[in-house]
Amino acid sequence: MSLQSKGLEDEARGGRGRVRSSCPHTGDRSGQRPSRKLDPKTKAAPGRCRAWPGRTERTAGSSRPGSPQRKQLERKRGHELLRAPERSSAGRTRDSRRKRDGRASLKEQSSSAEKKGLPRKEEAWEQLRKPRSVSLASSGSGGESLSEEELAQILEQVEEKKKLIATMRNKPWPMAKKLTELREAQEFVEKYEGALGKGKGKRLYACRMLMAKKWVKFKRDFDNFKMQCIPWEMKIKDIESHFGSSVASYFIFLRWMYGVNLVLFGLIFGLVIIPEVLMGVPYGSIPRKTVPRAEQEKAMDFSVLWDFEGYIKYSALFYGYYNNQRTIGWLRYRLPMAYFMVGVSVFGYSLMIVIRSMASNSQGSTSEGESDNFTFSFKMFTSWDYLIGNSETADSKYASITTSFKESIVDEQESNKEENVHLTRFLRVLANFLIICCLCGSGYLIYFVVKRSQEFSKMQNVSWYERNEVEIVMSLLGMFCPPLFETIAALENYHPRIGLKWQLGRIFALFLGNLYTFLLALMDDVHLKLSKEEAIKNITHWTLFNYYNSSGWNESVPRPPLHPADVPRGSCWETAVGIEFMRLTVSDMLVTYITILVGDFLRACFVRFMNHCWCWDLEAGFPSYAEFDISGNVLGLIFNQGMIWMGSFYAPGLVGINVLRLLTSMYFQCWAVMSSNVPHERVFKASRSNNFYMGLLLLVLFLSLLPVAYTIMSLPPSFDCGPFSGKNRMYDVLHETIENDFPTFLGKIFAFLANPGLIIPAILLMFLAIYYLNSVSKSLSRANAQLRKKIQALREVEKSHKSLKSKAMARDSGDTLESGSKNATQLQLTKEETTPHSASQSQTLDKKAQDPGTASSAASRTVPPAPRSLPGSRPPGVRKDSGQARSQAHPWRSGSGKSAQRPRH
Amino acid sequence: MGNKQSVFTPQQLEEFQDNPFRQRIAQVFSEDGDGHMTLHNFLDMFSVMSEMAPRDLKAYYAFKIYDFNNDDYICAWDLEQTVSRLTRGELSAEEVSLVCERVLDEADGDHDGRLSLEDFQNMILRAPDFLSTFHIRI
Repeated sequence: MSLQSKGLEDEARGGRGRVRSSCPHTGDRSGQRPSRKLDPKTKAAPGRCRAWPGRTERTAGSSRPGSPQRKQLERKRGHELLRAPERSSAGRTRDSRRKRDGRASLKEQSSSAEKKGLPRKEEAWEQLRKPRSVSLASSGSGGESLSEEELAQILEQVEEKKKLIATMRNKPWPMAKKLTELREAQEFVEKYEGALGKGKGKRLYACRMLMAKKWVKFKRDFDNFKMQCIPWEMKIKDIESHFGSSVASYFIFLRWMYGVNLVLFGLIFGLVIIPEVLMGVPYGSIPRKTVPRAEQEKAMDFSVLWDFEGYIKYSALFYGYYNNQRTIGWLRYRLPMAYFMVGVSVFGYSLMIVIRSMASNSQGSTSEGESDNFTFSFKMFTSWDYLIGNSETADSKYASITTSFKESIVDEQESNKEENVHLTRFLRVLANFLIICCLCGSGYLIYFVVKRSQEFSKMQNVSWYERNEVEIVMSLLGMFCPPLFETIAALENYHPRIGLKWQLGRIFALFLGNLYTFLLALMDDVHLKLSKEEAIKNITHWTLFNYYNSSGWNESVPRPPLHPADVPRGSCWETAVGIEFMRLTVSDMLVTYITILVGDFLRACFVRFMNHCWCWDLEAGFPSYAEFDISGNVLGLIFNQGMIWMGSFYAPGLVGINVLRLLTSMYFQCWAVMSSNVPHERVFKASRSNNFYMGLLLLVLFLSLLPVAYTIMSLPPSFDCGPFSGKNRMYDVLHETIENDFPTFLGKIFAFLANPGLIIPAILLMFLAIYYLNSVSKSLSRANAQLRKKIQALREVEKSHKSLKSKAMARDSGDTLESGSKNATQLQLTKEETTPHSASQSQTLDKKAQDPGTASSAASRTVPPAPRSLPGSRPPGVRKDSGQARSQAHPWRSGSGKSAQRPRH
Repeated sequence: MGNKQSVFTPQQLEEFQDNPFRQRIAQVFSEDGDGHMTLHNFLDMFSVMSEMAPRDLKAYYAFKIYDFNNDDYICAWDLEQTVSRLTRGELSAEEVSLVCERVLDEADGDHDGRLSLEDFQNMILRAPDFLSTFHIRI
């Protein structure tokens, strides 16, 4: 672009230079001007007012003296006769018309080049008013008014030229022609504009154009910057171009999840861990912050640390480390309160963000209905990005275009597939039956294994396998069931996108079983620990009591307090739960990575390098390369997030681990996909909104909210660890804060709000609101669909109408016009001057025949004509007539147009 | 931008080697259609491909670029050419013909089995990213 603009600017600069160089010509004139100016001005202005009642404001604005003008006018008239004879022969009517044009173009010049509607409207208006302007022109008589008229003519021509300069870039002319036209126009404007005292606008215009260009550039740079700020955008785009949008949707989901986890991490880290580390009682000062004596010598071993025991267990990463002091540090930070509120707000924020992104996704999906009409056309004509200037980018763009074509083809083939309905139905029922069998079987297997493991836990010295049987069985189920489901799902013959949803749903059910088995086992454990707690509490009390009151110690000297490591303590079930979740997360991460490494990367390496020395074609045959498993990965991510939500209350450090996990898996999986996976056999487009993933996530969030809420509301916290120790229930911390730190009336208000008599009506009201909003949205979407149907029908009608009309027109306009109207628009754009008038007229009629909607768009799209070369003939499609004016416009324009054109030929 | 630069670096020239329509662009903008450009043709090209060029002008030249046989209509053959260039011939023949059929089905307003300039403009002006992709920066 800059070359062209440079050319134009050079032109402009040259023109400006010419002004300066031509200044000596006009300089003497302008130098003489003031002396002459003074007296005729007063004389001429009233006269002009009389002669041109409609023009006073314009002449007053330009404030030109009468007598020097006449002189210039004569010179100019000569020039005009020399240079543009056809224009002077065109007669008064046209000149007076151009006057109006000039006024229009004055406005147009100030506006940007895109605002093409304005002058066109003016022109239309001018066309309607033409008879009046003729009468006006004829009314002016006498020497004085003649010069006025001539003056007006120059002004018009100047404006016309300016308009030409402004709209030059809209014309599909070759550059040489543009240049000559531009030079001519600029010379003309220079010559007469200076004389007419109106040369100021130009610099302003150039400045404005420059600013506009700069602004565009700035916006572009800013957009680029914004794009660069989105993390992993390039990686994901790269994957999308090779593997299709469905695989990319997983990575987008992963990125979104990473963002959510960062916020959660910030919340927990900033409000709980950092205050505790900075202001809490240091490590080793109280029993809950000290490793017990029995564990101390092993507490730093890697095997112990790997199990999150030892020093890690007694650190700020876990619930048990926190003290139940109401306030800590000089800030008097209420840590237990903060801990509770953060735990609640983790869920609150997650719910809010999930629901919000679901809502915004569904909004986006409804607004894109328009582009459905031209899926393939847009892909074909606008998908290549002409900006691409890098062969790698170009390669991936080619891949992405091919992929997107394939996606659309799959959609297309699915939509008009004809097949045996009964067979399909039967197969689908069969497949669902098989899958339900599988699910039941796996459920029973888990139940059986859990029962067995409870027996094992009672026995002594069980083997490694027996201890880890549940985990092993679950991993095996998770590894083998999804491929089994996929094999069965091949029977169903769904569209891959719908198939993916089914697959997701089925694996979700499978994983849900795993999750709840795990939770139940955990609950059993917790209850066991809680039942033992009372005994331990007694032991602790007794130990301390005995320690301080034991005989055989000098009563006068107070005994040094018992070392915190020696104090017997409870099992602290909260920390145990936190450790379970921590382990599960880490082992899950490792299993995922190892699966990727072995199942994808090593397989790909094997296939790639052993293919030379193998009996069959490994790449095409049995092992081949792995496809990216979208459903498994998405569900893994979702369930992992569920673990995080459940565990983060008991292990504040869990979110930090998860952030690390997501970060590494982003890079690792991106690499693995690009290096060792192949695209799916049928690349399919992801559904426009990721709402299915989000829905699953919401479900998991809800499911993981339940156990946490249960433990908070109905289990007593451990007596000797955690921020809520010593309280009956964890939420008592709220009561405490309200009673001690808030004024009493607030406490009353809270108590009043917590009244069931208020809560139940509130819930009812919410249900009513949901029902109402739901019905409103349903009716709106119905209206939306109807409107869309209407638009579609209208477009169809318009199409048929247009084609009929154009055929009729082609027949009517006779044999001579045939060549002209055949490729009408083509000619109109290229050979505007040489087109016969009648042909251009027939094009006008063609345009008029269109619907109002397309007429306006067509009008805004056609380029304005060359005013100099075609002053008389009305160019086609420039006027923006309304629908009613159309019917009467036809006879009237053909008459007037011809009368205006006749003299020329 | 380009104002300060009068000589193309090799990289900049290299950058335009990847466009699948490069020959078409050269042909459309050259005077006699053989792909050899004068300075003015060259300026023309960049004027059309510039960011500031109006939509209609771009649509008009885009039509010419996609009209491979220069018959002022985009017919099925032109479409096949376009598809095979865009995908480097990775689609099968059936897929290509399916795509062409669908394009004609979507954009052909007067049902004459080919796209006229008007059909093309009608379609392309609704495209959300035509303006953003159909330009070249130097």
